[in-house]
Amino acid sequence: MKEITFKKLKKRLFKPKEKQLNRSMAGNTLLFTLMVFCGIAMIMPLVMVVNNSLKPLDELFQFPPKIFVKNPTLENFSDLFVVMSDSWVPFSRYILNTIILTGGGMVGHVIVASLAAYPLAKNKFPGQKVLFHMVILSMMFSWTVTQTPQFMIITWLGINNTYWALILPAFSFGMGLFLMKQFMEQLPDSLIESARLDGANEWQTFWKIIMPNVKPAWLTLAIFQFQQMWANTGGTFLRDEQLRPMQHALFQVEAGGVARAGAAAAVTLIIAAVPITFFLICQRNILETMTSSGIKE
Amino acid sequence: MEQVKAKADALAIAKKQATLRYQIKKNKASYMMLAPYFTLFFFFTVLPVVMSVGLSFTFYNMLEMPQFIGWRNYIKLFLEDDIFLKSLKNTLILALVTGPVSYFMCLLFAWIINEFKGWLRAFLTLIFYAPSISGNAYIVWRLILSADRYGYLNGFLIEWDIIAEPIQWLVTPTWIMPALIVVQLWLSLGTGFLAFIAGLQTVDKTLYEAAAIDGIKNRWQELWYVTLPSMKPQLMFGAIMQITNAFAIADVSIQLMGNPSVNYEGSTVVTHLLDYGTVRFEMGYASAIATVLFFLMLGTNLIVQKMLRRVGT
Repeated sequence: MKEITFKKLKKRLFKPKEKQLNRSMAGNTLLFTLMVFCGIAMIMPLVMVVNNSLKPLDELFQFPPKIFVKNPTLENFSDLFVVMSDSWVPFSRYILNTIILTGGGMVGHVIVASLAAYPLAKNKFPGQKVLFHMVILSMMFSWTVTQTPQFMIITWLGINNTYWALILPAFSFGMGLFLMKQFMEQLPDSLIESARLDGANEWQTFWKIIMPNVKPAWLTLAIFQFQQMWANTGGTFLRDEQLRPMQHALFQVEAGGVARAGAAAAVTLIIAAVPITFFLICQRNILETMTSSGIKE
Repeated sequence: MEQVKAKADALAIAKKQATLRYQIKKNKASYMMLAPYFTLFFFFTVLPVVMSVGLSFTFYNMLEMPQFIGWRNYIKLFLEDDIFLKSLKNTLILALVTGPVSYFMCLLFAWIINEFKGWLRAFLTLIFYAPSISGNAYIVWRLILSADRYGYLNGFLIEWDIIAEPIQWLVTPTWIMPALIVVQLWLSLGTGFLAFIAGLQTVDKTLYEAAAIDGIKNRWQELWYVTLPSMKPQLMFGAIMQITNAFAIADVSIQLMGNPSVNYEGSTVVTHLLDYGTVRFEMGYASAIATVLFFLMLGTNLIVQKMLRRVGT
């Protein structure tokens, strides 16, 4: 009886294969054990974050510290609420700023990058290769390199200390265009040709034929953009307290020291949980997009 | 006669179509579509790189006009700035270790995860990917690596009699780099990892059957001879992600070890850059640091891309 249920379980967990090609039991066991150990090592710090956020103050300062919480409480979250409600700038303003920045960044990036990705993927014109190579090259160095001159340019453009200072550079995020272009390349040419035969011009083809067919890709671009914008505190680009995103206020709480240790633990969890949740919801679409992420010669 | 003329006409038309102006005119819609993205791309990516290189030959403090001083910034960087040389060494060590190790980890875990299916597969993907998108949750490593005997790691090691005295992981010069590497590896299963998982799914299943007939005996041979060559495009994409991140290490060092860290053991090129660019406002000097970093990242990436292109040929 036991034997059967185990086999059933195994069948449910592993890919069903008519013939288990080149798979040995020893190999399966080895890899499964490795996976369990590494999985625990990977998740442990995050488990600590969750547990800390649920610990009452005395457990947070308990020596020796325990990983798992004994008397879980939501005190830290209500504490955070109190800290937030008497901040100088109303907390709802920080939330509004975050919504404008991430929302604006996501929508603009998806539209601008998709628009550019379509001709790069499906048309032939002079300069096409050069432009796409430039985008690939831009993925080969991080934004820290360009940060200082970027600040000067933003000042010259006169958008320093406005939402645009964060939103506009985010539109031209290189990886987004790259992923979108690679995904669009997979669409059959016949789709576009039949639209053209029906008399659609480039713009109509783009909006009515292409965009509905690359839904996984624009969802992916939006999520990746969200991850970038979510981590942004405004830094040197937004000096006015009223313009800064929620992340900035949360970091302030986190840096508050011993007196705010409980609220800080809650903050760490919130900052981590939001992008993880979004990924969880969109995982299937993101992986579908990533299948075409390869760099072809 | 008629035929010759028709031929000449056709040739003239073909020539006209081949001219650049005609091509550009014909693809007007394409260029219109490209315009918004590449305008922004020019202002926020291309121009900053050019400016960075240009300013690296000047003295510039944001208040006065930049003054051209030739190679002086670079001479100072490589001959006088001991902290930069130490940072450069640290960055190279970090990149040499975390780059290849994280790349291998991404590949290994993606490959194992590919053996599972359904919710377990989704769950494992989430577990391994989550740290890289968990914001600043890495500050929990402060508790794990805490200096007193009550830090999680010290407590554990003392309890198991592996060490007698607590080790000050984050302030002892010999432990700073290993600690930084461990935390960085924890954070490193990012976009490249997802690309590998997705890439493994696209490998043509019939190739495996054919390989089995051709005498491939186990999964390790299968991986080397069938799987890796057919996911080469993803391998190249993943390499870019891992290399770029490995050279950009800074935040973890600043948050866990402080900036400056003890003896500058945890300082990297990026922390040095931040020091001059956002604290001291010596923009010319900061630009020189940024330029060095730029060529370091780009150069390594291009070399590795060239190497990966040879896989399986």
